[in-house]
Amino acid sequence: MSRPVLQVEGLSMDFGGIRAMCELDLEVDQGQIVALIGPNGAGKTTFFNCVTGIYNPTEGSIFLNPPDGGKAIRLNGLKPNQVTEKGMARTFQNIRLFQKMTVLENVMIGRHCRTRSYIAGAVFKTRATRREERQTVEISYQILEKVGLAEVVNELAENLPYGAQRRLEIARALATEPFLLLLDEPAAGMNPQETQELDDLIKRIRDEGHSILLIEHDMKLVMSLSDKIYVVDYGKKIAEGSPQQVSSDPAVIKAYLGEDIDA
Amino acid sequence: MFKIEELKKSLLISLWFAFLTFPLLVIKVNPIERTVLWRWENMVYVAIGSFVISILVRLFYLHQERRRERVARGEITLGDPWIQTLLSEPRYLYPFSAAVLAVSLVFPFLFSTYQTNIMITALMYVVLGLGLNIVVGLAGLLDLGYVAFYAVGAYSYALLNYHFDIGFWMALPIGALLAALFGVLLGFPVLRLRGDYLAIVTLGFGEIIRLILENWNEFSQGPSGISNIPRPGLFGMELSLDQAILYLYYLMIAAVAFTIFVVNRLQDSRIGRAWVALREDEIACQAMGIDKRKTKLTAFALGATWAGIVGVIFAAKTTFINPASFTFLESAIILCIVVLGGMGSIFGVIVGALILILLPEHLRALSDYRMLAFGAVLVTMMIFRPQGVVANIRRSYRFESKVDGEAR
Ligand SMILES: Nc1ncnc2c1ncn2[C@@H]1O[C@H](COP(=O)(O)OP(=O)(O)OP(=O)(O)O)[C@@H](O)[C@H]1O
Ligand SMILES: [Mg+2]
Repeated sequence: MSRPVLQVEGLSMDFGGIRAMCELDLEVDQGQIVALIGPNGAGKTTFFNCVTGIYNPTEGSIFLNPPDGGKAIRLNGLKPNQVTEKGMARTFQNIRLFQKMTVLENVMIGRHCRTRSYIAGAVFKTRATRREERQTVEISYQILEKVGLAEVVNELAENLPYGAQRRLEIARALATEPFLLLLDEPAAGMNPQETQELDDLIKRIRDEGHSILLIEHDMKLVMSLSDKIYVVDYGKKIAEGSPQQVSSDPAVIKAYLGEDIDA
Repeated sequence: MFKIEELKKSLLISLWFAFLTFPLLVIKVNPIERTVLWRWENMVYVAIGSFVISILVRLFYLHQERRRERVARGEITLGDPWIQTLLSEPRYLYPFSAAVLAVSLVFPFLFSTYQTNIMITALMYVVLGLGLNIVVGLAGLLDLGYVAFYAVGAYSYALLNYHFDIGFWMALPIGALLAALFGVLLGFPVLRLRGDYLAIVTLGFGEIIRLILENWNEFSQGPSGISNIPRPGLFGMELSLDQAILYLYYLMIAAVAFTIFVVNRLQDSRIGRAWVALREDEIACQAMGIDKRKTKLTAFALGATWAGIVGVIFAAKTTFINPASFTFLESAIILCIVVLGGMGSIFGVIVGALILILLPEHLRALSDYRMLAFGAVLVTMMIFRPQGVVANIRRSYRFESKVDGEAR
């Protein structure tokens, strides 16, 4: 029961001679919101890219443990689409929506790995395909309602305001039915009201049973959401613990505020 | 409204052009009589021409900007262009399609055999365009060697008939299948390539196929080609030439209808969406659980299939094929059709094919300048209407109640 859904051990990533990530250990427990914070260039996005199969980590092991008690899945060497299929989906720091597709279609893409119909089904519009399409549309619409985008389903993604685009990325990731959701700076560029709505949304997603790993610079949001925080700097973990522990940790204060500050 | 500043810019442009074209258009050296002819009037034409064109371009941009401002101020709304309304509303679309079909069915009786023949060619390019549209328009994979699959189709009918006496109707699916196979064959090495690199490799692939056909005499009879390919049979009846053309015409109409049907269904399906997602953002597409390799390979294979089918029909129509029919120029024309018509838009590609194939046939006088005209048309399109003559619109869904979505 107490098995963490994500278990990363000794993860290192080299770019040429540069070590962007150094022997990082990280765990996400079922139903929790875990934050990964650190100054710019600390290697947070690199961590996401390693875990989701976009980069191939130099060292370390990544395991995904399905909360339904299924066998542990080793993610090393899997392709990004396989990782998503196993139940872990992500959003991107620099929004990567399918700009020329509609909002609904963006979410429908997320359903791709949970549906099966192929060429013959598409051409002959078999009953199975029609049912699957109907379900895809329904589920996608429900997810859009949840993130508050039901009014703009037929709008092109590129025409959405910034905050809505970020929420659409979350919706798209949710459509893949992940048990673990990775969010890369979901509040970046949002105004305080939008951030507050995002806070509620992330909590609701957690309450539905998803575990969440969150990269975020907005400390208010991080403190309000997180059950546990990991702090990295220059690719190394410098602290981990509850929000209270971390915010009073001298190493963290030093990393964020520089050398000269003392309490 | 039009500032002196702008006029000045256009004037400078026209002077610059006059200067650039001076050595080519003004000076004419006659080496035999050792005289130099100064054709100053050409310079005047160039100057006036470029001045007028530059003014027109500026006016166009000005107009667009005004329009955008007025939309922003809420004075006018950007309504759907009539063509989009026509295509998206069934109550307009069905009568329209019926009318088009009716006209195309009686076409051979209204026009001469010569005209019908040209129309067959145009229809062949419609299918080719729709096929390439899957690869380029939907999946966003710039394929400059599409003609290779066309050649594969044509040669599979010609050779199968030559060696094994296989008839047209048998060869049609075989040609399609072989082309699809070659599509996958091309797909594998280019899976990792994007943009320019992809374009170069596919271009090379097209040339390799043509060079093989040209040089492997034992296999393809080299540059002299294969002749005496039979026309398609109609239940074993002997057809006169006119009848055969009529038959081919209806065959092509059926082929076009079939292609539209299939491509439309594919476009509006799980795979079709995956192709577009792949075009929009490869990394996000993979991160959303789409297998990039499989999706790309299906796009290449399903695109090539149509070229294979048209290839077989082409061989049957001309009864003679040789590698000269499958040069890069063909690939370029098909690509022009897709880009001009509107990438990803079925109706656009049809319009594009009809314009680009019928127009040069009817303006024979201009045929020397065909490539020049293609180039000019493409550049003009890229400036004024990058989305093509008929832009692709995404399907919209209506939702009646809160929870259960009803599609269209
Ligand atoms: N593909 C790459 N090739 C080389 N270096 C890279 C690559 N990706 C990231 N890096 C380097 O790794 C380091 C960590 O980058 P990363 O994007 O992970 O930082 P981050 O913690 O996400 O920062 P931010 O808060 O600004 O998003 C940076 O120094 C970056 O330059
Ligand atoms: Mg980052």
